[in-house]
Amino acid sequence: MARRIFRSPLTVLGLFIVLGILIAALFAPVIATHSPTEVDLVSKLEAPSVEHFFGTDEVGRDIFSRIVYGTRISLRIGLLVVLIAFPVGTILGAIAGYMGGRIDQVIMRITDIFLSFPGIILAMSIAAALGPSIENVMLALAATWWPWYTRIVRSSVLSIKHAEFIEASRALGANPFRILFKEVIPNSIAPATIQASLDLGFVILAAAGLSFIGLGAQPPSPEWGAMLSNSREILREAWWAATFPGIAILLTVLGFNLLGDGLNDLLDPKQR
Amino acid sequence: MPLLEVTNLKQHFTTKKGFAGNKTVVKAVDGVSLTIEEGKTLGIVGESGCGKSSLGRSILRLVEPTEGSIKFKGKEIVGVSAKEMKELRKEMQIVFQDPYASLNPRRTVRQILEAPLIIHNIGNKIERKELIEDLSGKIGLRKEQLSNYPHEFSGGQRQRIGIARAMALNPKLIIADEPVSALDVSVQSQVLNLMLDLQQERNLSYMFISHDLSVVQHISDKVAVMYLGKVVEIADVAKVYDTPIHPYTRALLSALPVPDPTHVKNRVILEGDLPSPSNPPTGCTFHTRCPMATKECREIIPPLEEKESGHFAACIHV
Amino acid sequence: MDALRFIGKRLLLMIPILIGISILTFAISNTIPGDPARLILGPKATPDGLEALREDMGLNDPLYVQYGRYMSGIGQGDLGKSTYSQRPVVDDLLRYSPATIELTMFAMFITLIIGVPFGVISASRKDRIADQFTRIFALIGVAMPAFWLGLLLLLFFYLKLGVLPGSGRLDGGMSPPEYVTGMYTVDALLAGNWSVFYSAFMHLILPGITLAAVTVGMITRMTRSSMLTVLQSDYIRTAFAKGAPENRVLYGHALRNGIMPVITLLGMAFGHALGGSILVEAVFSWPGLGQYAVNAINYLDFPAVMGVTMLIAVMFIIVNLIVDTLYFFIDPRLKHS
Repeated sequence: MARRIFRSPLTVLGLFIVLGILIAALFAPVIATHSPTEVDLVSKLEAPSVEHFFGTDEVGRDIFSRIVYGTRISLRIGLLVVLIAFPVGTILGAIAGYMGGRIDQVIMRITDIFLSFPGIILAMSIAAALGPSIENVMLALAATWWPWYTRIVRSSVLSIKHAEFIEASRALGANPFRILFKEVIPNSIAPATIQASLDLGFVILAAAGLSFIGLGAQPPSPEWGAMLSNSREILREAWWAATFPGIAILLTVLGFNLLGDGLNDLLDPKQR
Repeated sequence: MPLLEVTNLKQHFTTKKGFAGNKTVVKAVDGVSLTIEEGKTLGIVGESGCGKSSLGRSILRLVEPTEGSIKFKGKEIVGVSAKEMKELRKEMQIVFQDPYASLNPRRTVRQILEAPLIIHNIGNKIERKELIEDLSGKIGLRKEQLSNYPHEFSGGQRQRIGIARAMALNPKLIIADEPVSALDVSVQSQVLNLMLDLQQERNLSYMFISHDLSVVQHISDKVAVMYLGKVVEIADVAKVYDTPIHPYTRALLSALPVPDPTHVKNRVILEGDLPSPSNPPTGCTFHTRCPMATKECREIIPPLEEKESGHFAACIHV
Repeated sequence: MDALRFIGKRLLLMIPILIGISILTFAISNTIPGDPARLILGPKATPDGLEALREDMGLNDPLYVQYGRYMSGIGQGDLGKSTYSQRPVVDDLLRYSPATIELTMFAMFITLIIGVPFGVISASRKDRIADQFTRIFALIGVAMPAFWLGLLLLLFFYLKLGVLPGSGRLDGGMSPPEYVTGMYTVDALLAGNWSVFYSAFMHLILPGITLAAVTVGMITRMTRSSMLTVLQSDYIRTAFAKGAPENRVLYGHALRNGIMPVITLLGMAFGHALGGSILVEAVFSWPGLGQYAVNAINYLDFPAVMGVTMLIAVMFIIVNLIVDTLYFFIDPRLKHS
């Protein structure tokens, strides 16, 4: 299995990027060269140099250090949102697929409604209603993300629900709860798990977008989207302030994407 | 009193076709009556699509029967509560056709065999462990193999695991749905012998569903032949195989190879395909393919009658 | 005949979704922390005054009564009053939506003329250099924050080179063309005013490309994988084997079938673009729904945020309806089923 991962250079690249982000988040105080929030007006708006790898912003904060600390915020957002949305979506999808009938109808109509809001619109209005903060953005994203897992899990449940091992369990007299958690879900979450690994990146991207329009992390938090939002004011003077946080987001999303695609190929070799 | 007594059992499925929602009723099981005695085996034969698998699932109420009565030890089980049904499930179990699909690929053999005991709250952890190891010994697995996953076993081993799971609760009746059809011929006899041994040891009853006439002959005491949801002939195994009455049974048996070079083959070739169970022919459903069919066959639904002592068939011409 | 029935059925299916959307937005409106009456009257309000206003605003009624009132308001085209602009939200939405529609349509146009050919080329040159490049570009496109690309484009083409305008819809001092559709490029063409058209078009380029970046990636990937499947089919191999010219096979035979899954994705891509426009408009000060929503968020103008949310959801549903109808007409199998 490991050998097959290493056969695809793009998957390896994804693995390295994700590992890099994890290391940056774990060892942020060691890696960062400066404090992420300390104001130093003497060295404001400095271009990238040996002292400040990615330059400084309008109050002299070191952008490199901010980006390094920002990995912690982004990873936390990605993980928490997926950790809420994934189980909720999975359980609802499994219930819908396995039970069928009315319950299925109701659950799927609800997911339809959530999915009829495009992109980050629904998350935006929920976050706006809850008030701007990073926690509220996470809640809003989780509230809009679960229906995707519901759909994926439901369709894979439908493909196994008549499998003989599930019938065997019914013949033994197992209750629906046991069948769902011991038989159905373990055999139908693989595609949703792949989606979750892709989503770690996409959630981070969406959260950065919401922060960019002022809904998520508030300054002086070193959240990447908030940093980009801030960089608009100094775009003319400091290209670096707009460039590097964006690269950080791009790499993070790319990393999780490549890893997810790699996992997908691994589990479903026909896709290639 | 027979162990199992099925009377006029019907299993109809309604399917919606297309957008417009035209309903089609498939009569998978259409008025089947039969009995199984304690310690005996009833073989059910028929082509695929004749409803024999649906019959098995219906008896176990894995699908709710549409109509009819199922009595187990003289007690009606159609319509009993989920709680009572759970108790009954200890006594009647099923073995499936596909040993690759019937075991959860994500659970170890130990977990698979422990499941019935957990579901029915049998024993404590240590007692369950003993029971499982005892059971696995019977099917020829070593203790160490219990922590392996199903894919690490051969088809024959898997099928024996499936049988062990069904045996775990010490049932009285086992419905075996084509239990050896997916296996190599060399492995088939091992599994069949295991089933016969267990039957002797525990005085088990089997309902043995198969399309393989030789296997059914080997294992059964009594045989029922099914065609399009109906039993067309039922009798002791020797009677059905030596003196078949129904033209369908004769046609099936004439296709069976006989290990006797002096035997003169008198093959009856069935014409046409099996009609769709959603749109069965009128009268005797076999008339479209029957070499003896007459005009009356299109109109009269032949009842299952005792043609000779203990030998029932549904045909107006014999 | 069949087409009408198909569309009618789809319209009927929209009704529960629309009701669901209204319930959801109503629920969100009700999660706003704090008491709206207190918000209006301020900290010096007397308990009696608060109670009177609550009663007056209907906040004491049961939720379903409040929902009924909210729905009948929507039914009459009343989405409440923007607390920031002091105008009815509906008026604001009508004023701002043409700019967003124009931008999104332009982005979808770019997406199609770039995404589809690139997907076809990528598939026909599988694993060769052109394919590798296209795949990497598509991958980056999907992973890239659009608003960041916007900032970079702004930095380079507007601030550094000065070749393209970076904000608004028209050059300063130019007055918009006579209102017909509200889309300046279309209206300018209708009025035959070339200088306004030119200016409006130039202003569209940067935000359009920014918005298209993500959807181009999506469409390219989908076209590629769908074409790969088609190219492996027997009838395409036969066409190649009998010596038909490559382009004819690719664009004549294969694309006709390969485009099907792409069309289904189109609705989703459009939704993505609509969502993305919120951020992209903020970057380019594009006076559309996104800009309006972001301002509303900053001024805690809640009726406006909900109005935009609902409008965009409805637009998304309509686009999907159009896509489904298109699919119905293109796929002969659906017509006869």
